[in-house]
Amino acid sequence: MFIKHNFFVPLQSMQNQDTIVALATPSGAGAIAVIRVSGPEAILIASGIFKSIHNKDLKKQRTHSIHLGHIMDDNRVIDEVLVSVFKNPNSYTGEDTVEISCHGSSYIQQEIIQLLLRKGCRSAQAGEFTLRAFLNGKMDLSQAEAVADLIASENEAAHQVAMQQMRGGFSNEIAKLREELLNFASLIELELDFAEEDVEFADRIQFQDLLIKIENVLKKLIDSFATGNVIKAGIPVAIAGAPNAGKSTLLNALLNEERAIVSDIAGTTRDAIEDELTIKGIGFRFIDTAGIRDTIDTIESIGISKTYEKMQQARLVLFLFDANDYKEHYKNLEVEVNRIQNKYPQKQVLLIANKTDLLNEHRIQTLQTKFPEAILISALNRDGIEQLKEKLLSLVNTGVLTSGDTIVTNTRHYDSLNKALAEIKKVQQGLEENLSGDLLAIDIRQALYYFGEITGQVTNDEVLGNIFANFCIGK
Amino acid sequence: MFENEYEVIIVGGGHAGSEAAAAAANMGSKTLLITMNLQNIAQMSCNPAMGGIAKGQIVREIDAMGGYSGIVSDKTAIQFKMLNKSKGPAMWSPRVQSDRMKFAETWRLMLEQTPNLDFYQDMVSGLIVKNNKIVGVKTGLGIEIKAKTVILTNGTFLNGLIHIGDKQFGGGRAGEKASTGITEDLINLGFESGRMKTGTPPRVDGRSLDFSKMEEQSGDPIPEKFSFSDQTNPLSSQRSCYMTYTSPTVHELLKDGFDRSPMFNGRIKSIGPRYCPSIEDKINRFADKDRHQLFVEPEGWNTVEFYVNGFSTSLPEDVQFKALRSVAGFENVKFFRPGYAIEYDYFPPTQLKHTLETKLVDGLFFAGQINGTTGYEEAASQGLMAGINAHLKAHRKEPFILKRNEAYIGVLIDDLITKGTEEPYRMFTSRAEYRTLLRQDNADFRLTPKSFAIGLAKESRMQRMVEKQEKSSAFVNFFKKTSFSVEEMNPILKEKNSALIKQSDKMFKVFSRPNITLNDMRKIPTVEAFINENNFDNEILEQVEIQVKYSGYIDKEKNNADKLNRLEGIKIPNDFDYSKLKSLSFEAKEKLTKIRPTTISQASRISGVSPNDISVMLVYMGR
Repeated sequence: MFIKHNFFVPLQSMQNQDTIVALATPSGAGAIAVIRVSGPEAILIASGIFKSIHNKDLKKQRTHSIHLGHIMDDNRVIDEVLVSVFKNPNSYTGEDTVEISCHGSSYIQQEIIQLLLRKGCRSAQAGEFTLRAFLNGKMDLSQAEAVADLIASENEAAHQVAMQQMRGGFSNEIAKLREELLNFASLIELELDFAEEDVEFADRIQFQDLLIKIENVLKKLIDSFATGNVIKAGIPVAIAGAPNAGKSTLLNALLNEERAIVSDIAGTTRDAIEDELTIKGIGFRFIDTAGIRDTIDTIESIGISKTYEKMQQARLVLFLFDANDYKEHYKNLEVEVNRIQNKYPQKQVLLIANKTDLLNEHRIQTLQTKFPEAILISALNRDGIEQLKEKLLSLVNTGVLTSGDTIVTNTRHYDSLNKALAEIKKVQQGLEENLSGDLLAIDIRQALYYFGEITGQVTNDEVLGNIFANFCIGK
Repeated sequence: MFENEYEVIIVGGGHAGSEAAAAAANMGSKTLLITMNLQNIAQMSCNPAMGGIAKGQIVREIDAMGGYSGIVSDKTAIQFKMLNKSKGPAMWSPRVQSDRMKFAETWRLMLEQTPNLDFYQDMVSGLIVKNNKIVGVKTGLGIEIKAKTVILTNGTFLNGLIHIGDKQFGGGRAGEKASTGITEDLINLGFESGRMKTGTPPRVDGRSLDFSKMEEQSGDPIPEKFSFSDQTNPLSSQRSCYMTYTSPTVHELLKDGFDRSPMFNGRIKSIGPRYCPSIEDKINRFADKDRHQLFVEPEGWNTVEFYVNGFSTSLPEDVQFKALRSVAGFENVKFFRPGYAIEYDYFPPTQLKHTLETKLVDGLFFAGQINGTTGYEEAASQGLMAGINAHLKAHRKEPFILKRNEAYIGVLIDDLITKGTEEPYRMFTSRAEYRTLLRQDNADFRLTPKSFAIGLAKESRMQRMVEKQEKSSAFVNFFKKTSFSVEEMNPILKEKNSALIKQSDKMFKVFSRPNITLNDMRKIPTVEAFINENNFDNEILEQVEIQVKYSGYIDKEKNNADKLNRLEGIKIPNDFDYSKLKSLSFEAKEKLTKIRPTTISQASRISGVSPNDISVMLVYMGR
């Protein structure tokens, strides 16, 4: 006899006792970013990473006060910031709140958020600040209608965005694993509630296999966040080409339009000054390859080998050439491109013909026939820059730049994945210790809950954890 | 002939009615119990057993609050088992086999001893309602009796219809008349009603059975008991049950009668419980199984009557008889009576408030099968809660509601009134999201103080609980504060294949390891000495072991439950107009308007209400 009955998954989201953190300004690069920390330990946690230039103790400051200082990870300075302190109930959420205004680079934003997470904050769920504001009676009825309509209209969109972030087959895979885990949980419940009857028991060996499968998928996803560079430092892009190919003009054309943030961050693993560019929320980091100064004749020279070193670090190589006189610099451009391609078969090489404004119709056609893959631009006139940016984005979206693996770009997902993994490990440990089903079930429910946070699958009984999920973070 | 006006009238004397009567009367209400047959108080209409998985926890909860079910079960038990003992403590579930006749007798005598309680035998045929407020009941004899509150606990009696094969006749139970009039009154008052179905197996003569062909199933070697009070003792002798199996031959014989089965020929239209299927249902739905378990249970200490658990059926009596004769041990079986199915009226429980008072009629309460539940324990616990709340209502006091993280009773009632039920509702541990907290061992900790505070649980009960609490926390603290020496601990760990320890530490730490038990810890002389000094009994030892060994899980669930309570605290005004909320989904509007949840938390448990709808509601309520 097999009976399917309600399986409850515990409510998790209403963690108003804990302290949450998230970016309050739009994600991606801007001139300034505001990171909001809210909850009972907001001031305590912030004071632990903030060093005031006047040696002020954040814990002793009045509400609605602003303080200049540095965000410190131990002895390492992450950024110079302004910190605003709001004490409950006089804050947006009605709780103790700290807002950190830092420089806008997404790298800095993420460094600070990661630091706060390590110091005991939890990554805020979508709309959670606003939820807390409601729960604490901070939102009045006149604001209500607009917000309510917003929830209704953004519900679908928010979910789609979340799903897009789980690209490729992974979202399906997670959903499938969740389903399998749910089935297993039901089997375990069955043997608990019908122990007296002639029921089949959940096969523990099969369960172990499932858990290993889940563990591997979770680890893969978590790794993709940790090593994927997307959030942390942007996708590394090397621009190669002869000095007069227009490399810096191209860079400026790209950067000027996007209010590029030029950042020099000391003490990071990065070893060079780099230019960072955000296209629709995806960070790109341009690696200086000034090493290419010479032609094919000196390709084995030291300078060139340095250039190759830089290319090694890049996910993508933009190989720029002057459409007017490439023959002067390269005996055979195709051979050169092929050589790079053969050296780094994993890397995407984009061939870019610059200075096409100087070409007539006929020569453009010749160029297109000869190099059908090439993107034609005029960096000076900014012709073709949009197409280039779209091409860069499309490479990310189609997974070319991510070795076919999903990249977890969302700290909230990253948080959930880590928590799910921790629960799965507890279940595994429980299995090893021969723990009884009711205790296994506690951790399984918990894992299912975190899966649900990622895949957006919510059963009615998981509902409360997702209140206000359709609000934008930080409202 | 009667009091001028009763404070509480209970209609029906089954498990729900009896608990309701005891609670209301014990709290001090002038109470009247009206039933069609005073010889059948708290009759066990189906299996002669109380408790079981999730149900045993409910009986413990009823007892912890001062209800009678636990005491009666202990006094009339013929066998005790703690089920699921190999699993975690949240799963441990007490169950007794009962002496059916003694059970009813003991209940009746206990009710007779209860102050403030009057009895009357008659059929209540109608309700007197004025301005949507209950004012009394009418009986079959034409008598009108006034009351401030009325609790309906009609069980399967409302328009009960019994089926055996192609025979069908009105009746509330084998050999008893059905009750008419109440359903019709309720429908006229605007209530929605439905039909449900349940069934019961044949009863047989034990002298005609060959038990040597069955497996004996005896009770626990060291039986425990239900009641936290000192009014009962564990059993000193027990009777066994027996197990046998059906076979393909039996199944063939049963199939021969399928064309005369009211289940299959469309005569029974209502829904029965999926988890308690009839034997014909089992062989029909699980055709690949060539045998099904049958539990052969004695009906008492002295009677020769046996109950054939697992053979519930409404097939014609000759088919039942022929098939059962092919079961091992039943070759010469004689019937006391055949199995049957019964259809009865129920009222979808979404029409109730958390107090079990109806939303439509002020002062009218429902408890038990009338709410679509099944099981003595489920019924008894609703009766208890309805009795308490009817008393409180009659005395204009605040209602008494148990939350989902406080009691299975809380889960039961919240599920019923929030989600309703399509089939007879039975409790399962998996229905409780915080079951690690809702254990049978701590029902007194959870509920006795609450019941004492409203004047139901007696002071002696409260004192016992306080003593248990003090002793167990003293012992837990001992483990937290006392260190072991490496020399005394490592031999114990070695024996258990547990990692050895390099330096001295607090005992609590080692004790919480999965495979270390209290018996292991008792090998440390200081532990044993502490037990002897303080004279701890088994109840304390077990309590402490649970508290230490499962502390991690218990804390985790407590945390989760605390989070739930925040949303429980957000009340929805009773007159909240859902139609005004443009952003609510159509389905949510409909369901919310119908069920009228009292808190945001409850609203979120209604199927068809999405998180999105909940956000919208929170927004509109400005909080």
